[in-house]
Amino acid sequence: MSSIATSIGTVVRTEEFTSPGPADFDLPGILGSAVTKPMVLVVLSAVIAFVLFYAMSRKAAVVPGRLQFAGEYVYGFVRNTIARDTIGSHDYARFVPFLFAMFLFVLINNFYGIIPVIQFPSMSHIGYTTALALITWLVYNAVGIAKHGFLGYLKHQTVPAGISGPLLLALVPLEFFSNIIVRPFTLALRLFATMFAGHLLVILFSLGGEFLLLHYEPRILGIGSGLISFILAIGVSFLDMLIMFLQAYVFTLLSAMYIGGAIADEH
Amino acid sequence: MGGTLNMIGLGLAAIGPAIGVGLIFAAYVTGVARQPEAQGRLQSIAIFGFVLAEQFFIISLALAFVLKP
Repeated sequence: MSSIATSIGTVVRTEEFTSPGPADFDLPGILGSAVTKPMVLVVLSAVIAFVLFYAMSRKAAVVPGRLQFAGEYVYGFVRNTIARDTIGSHDYARFVPFLFAMFLFVLINNFYGIIPVIQFPSMSHIGYTTALALITWLVYNAVGIAKHGFLGYLKHQTVPAGISGPLLLALVPLEFFSNIIVRPFTLALRLFATMFAGHLLVILFSLGGEFLLLHYEPRILGIGSGLISFILAIGVSFLDMLIMFLQAYVFTLLSAMYIGGAIADEH
Repeated sequence: MGGTLNMIGLGLAAIGPAIGVGLIFAAYVTGVARQPEAQGRLQSIAIFGFVLAEQFFIISLALAFVLKP
């Protein structure tokens, strides 16, 4: 008798909810197995950035039109609040193109996460963020070495000012570890993990809402909580938008800070 | 019910950075309230502190998915 009851019980629960995980980010290839969706999206983002800003700057006028105003606003944001304030007004100008390109690229790739149809932040794959962090690492080390010389740069990054004696034995390896080795890892991990977590949250609330709406017994409870789950998914999407912008800003800000620290004068 | 204990650890690991981020922005808000003209300078410092506090959670988030239960 009890076995019949349990078999009926399993029949009623037609489908077990499987929570989304990292496997949901492994998309199948489109054009064979070599080209995947994030690859296409990353190339597309470069095209979007180029076309958008080419259109904005093509008819540059003294009195800007709407498109040119928007472009200048974004450019001014990167140039003034990120580059000039952190690198310093003396030699920020040569890094503005690098920082601007970095900001736009990361921003567009992040915002893929909320554009319907696309809906996949390509920065939630760690390979792309690693490449970007490596570029930043190369740039700030290269400009530092160019300015101070190799040994001078090592001394600049690892020996804290105003400290002498045996304390240096402990501090120099620590500073080297923190300033040269860990920086690219945290830079890459931060962008990757926030995009990954944000997208995972949206997936979780949408899939959970769908399961509750369609498959959960009793139906009244399922439909009520499913609707709440969908509303939460919308709320989480808005939070995600904020984080997408903030992470692009933070990535550029940290790049600027590392560059500024590498070329700072001894004091 | 399924899942791993890693997720509980992740939740516990979020407590410290959450308190840190809260303290940083509390100090930022107080600073701006006292001296509104310093907002520009304080903002980048606050964001930098926020990023540093956040990175511990980010690392634990990565580890929570990487480490096998």
